[in-house]
Amino acid sequence: MDDITKKKLSVDACRIRMAVIEGTYNAKSGHPGGSLSIADILAYLYFDKMNIDPARPDMPDRDRLVLSKGHAAPALYGALAYRGFFPVEDIKTLRKPDSYLQGHPNMNLIPGVDMSTGSLGQGISAACGMALGSKYKGDAFKVYTILGDGEIEEGEVWEAAMFAGNKGLDCLTAFIDYNGLQIDGTVEEVDSPEPIADKFRAFNWNVIEIDGHDFEQIEDAVNRADALKGPTAIVCKTVKGKGVSFMENSVGWHGKAPNEEEYNTAMAELNAQLAALEA
Amino acid sequence: MDVIKTATRDAYGKALTELGDLHDNIRVLDADLAAATKTGMFKKAHPDMFVDCGIQEGNMMGVAAGLSTVGYVVFASSFAMFAAGRAFEQIRNSIAYPKLNVKIGATHAGISVGEDGASHQCCEDIALMRSIPGMTIINPADDIESRQAVFAAYETEGPVYMRFGRLAVPRLFDTDHKFEIGKGVYLKAGSDVTLIASGLLVGPALDAAEQLKNEGIDAAVIDMATIKPIDRDIIVEAAEKTGAIVTCEEHNIIGGLGSAVAEVVCETVPVPVVRLGVNDEFGHSGPALKLLDLFGLNAAGVVAKAKAAVALK
Repeated sequence: MDDITKKKLSVDACRIRMAVIEGTYNAKSGHPGGSLSIADILAYLYFDKMNIDPARPDMPDRDRLVLSKGHAAPALYGALAYRGFFPVEDIKTLRKPDSYLQGHPNMNLIPGVDMSTGSLGQGISAACGMALGSKYKGDAFKVYTILGDGEIEEGEVWEAAMFAGNKGLDCLTAFIDYNGLQIDGTVEEVDSPEPIADKFRAFNWNVIEIDGHDFEQIEDAVNRADALKGPTAIVCKTVKGKGVSFMENSVGWHGKAPNEEEYNTAMAELNAQLAALEA
Repeated sequence: MDVIKTATRDAYGKALTELGDLHDNIRVLDADLAAATKTGMFKKAHPDMFVDCGIQEGNMMGVAAGLSTVGYVVFASSFAMFAAGRAFEQIRNSIAYPKLNVKIGATHAGISVGEDGASHQCCEDIALMRSIPGMTIINPADDIESRQAVFAAYETEGPVYMRFGRLAVPRLFDTDHKFEIGKGVYLKAGSDVTLIASGLLVGPALDAAEQLKNEGIDAAVIDMATIKPIDRDIIVEAAEKTGAIVTCEEHNIIGGLGSAVAEVVCETVPVPVVRLGVNDEFGHSGPALKLLDLFGLNAAGVVAKAKAAVALK
C-alpha cells in the first residue's frame, strides 16, 4: 500500500471516529469503545476494497458487509455517510425517535446496510447465507462480517463457523475485533474465547492474525483471504476506544456516551489527528 | 370409499418438490431432519437447491435470512419445537424484523408426534410466532390445503410460518379447494354455535357437527387455516350469527387459535368462546391417536365444548 492511500484511509478512519463521537454524544447513548476499535477495518473495506456504489445501494453483485457486532453501528454509519450513502449531518440524529439511524443496524431503513443485526452471534449466520448465495451465483461477490471478541462466546458463532468451513464458503471473510474487553470486564475474566485462532482453524477456516489498526496488514490479510479456498478469519488485535485517549483500553466506554466536556476533548483530539494527517 | 389419509408433512415435501420443478430461485434448508420433515423429497429431486445445515437450527434460520437477501425464496425446515422454539430469536431478529422472504416449514407440531414424548411435542409454536410482528402463520388441515399453503407461501413476500403434522390425517378437501392466506372457510353452515378449527382438529370438528345434530344443536364449522393474519370478518359474522364459538386446535389453549379468536370476539361482538386445546400442560409418550383421545382432542371433545358454549349463551 502506498503512502498516499495509507494517509487517505487514515483520514477516512479519523472521520469515522468523529462520527462515532458525534453520534453517541448527540444520542446520549450508544457504544463508542467497540465502534472506535473497528474504524480502520471499516475505512479499508468501504473506502478501498468493497465493490459498492452509494448511488445503487441495492446493486445485486455488490460486496456485502454484515456488522455482526451490531452495537458498533455508529462506526458503520460513519463509514456509510462519508462514503456517500446518506448525509453526514444525519449522524447527529442517531437513536432519535424521528431518525432512520436505529441504535443497531436496520437494512430496511438505512441505505448501504446489508443486514439488520444487533443480537450477537446472528450476523455471521446471515453472512454465511449471503456467501452461500454468492457461491450459487459463481462467487459473484465477497461477503465480509465483523464480530466482537466477546460476541464469539455465543454458540451460534460456532454453528456458523462449522457450517462455513464445511460448505466451503470461499467468499466469506470474518474479522474478529480482538480488543480484549466486553461489558463485564476483560474477555479473559468473563469467559475467555482463547485460543481464537486455533478454534477457527479447527473449524476448517484459514486464519490470519494482524494488527487491526495497520492498513498494510489489513490489506495484505484481505487479499490473502481472497485468494484462499475456504472461509478466512482475520483476527485483528485492536484497542477498544482507539483514537480517543481517555477511551482507549477502558471497559467503561463500552456502552456509555461522552458528556459535553468529554465530547469536546474527544473531538479536539480527533481534529488534531485530522489536521496532522492533512498537513 | 376409502378415505385418503396423508400426513401434512408429506404434502409439504411434495409441494416443495413441485415448486422446485417450476422455479429455480427456491432453496430448501433442513437441520438433519430431511427424512422426517419430508424435505428429503425435494433433496432427491433438486440436490443442488437443497442444503443440509446439520443440527443447528439457530444458524439455519440466519443462513436462510442471508440467502434470501440475495434473491432466493428460502424454505427452512425442522420440527416445530426446534424451529419456533429453539430458533425463536433468530426468526424474530434475523428474519421477521428485516421482513425477509423466508418460509419456515415446521413439522411434527403438537402432541400427535406421539411416542417421542413431551420434549418433541410442541404446543407453543403458534403462540411464539403470533407474537412476532408481520409473521404469517398457516396451519393447514389436510394434504390438499397443505399443498396450496406452500404454493401461497411461495407467492407471498415476507416471512411465513407453516405448521405441519406427523400423523396421517384424512383428506377433507377436493382439489378445487381454494385456500387463501388470511381467509377462513365455511365447511358447514349452522345457527347455534360455530366450531372454528385448524390443523388436524378440522376433521373432528366436522364429525362433532354431525353428532351435535342428534342432540338438536346446529353447529357451523369454519376451517381457519391462517392463524395470522386472522380472518376477523368471518369471526365477527360467526359471533353475530350463532352467538357462541368453540375453537379447536392441537396447541396450548394459551396463545394459539383460541386466543386469536377470543381477542377478536372480545373487541367486536362479545359472545361466549370456549377453547378446546392442550390445557396448558406438557404432552407425553404414546401412540398419536391414543394421545389425542387422552387429551380430548377428538370429536367427543369438540361436542362437549360445543354444549358448554351453547349453555353459556
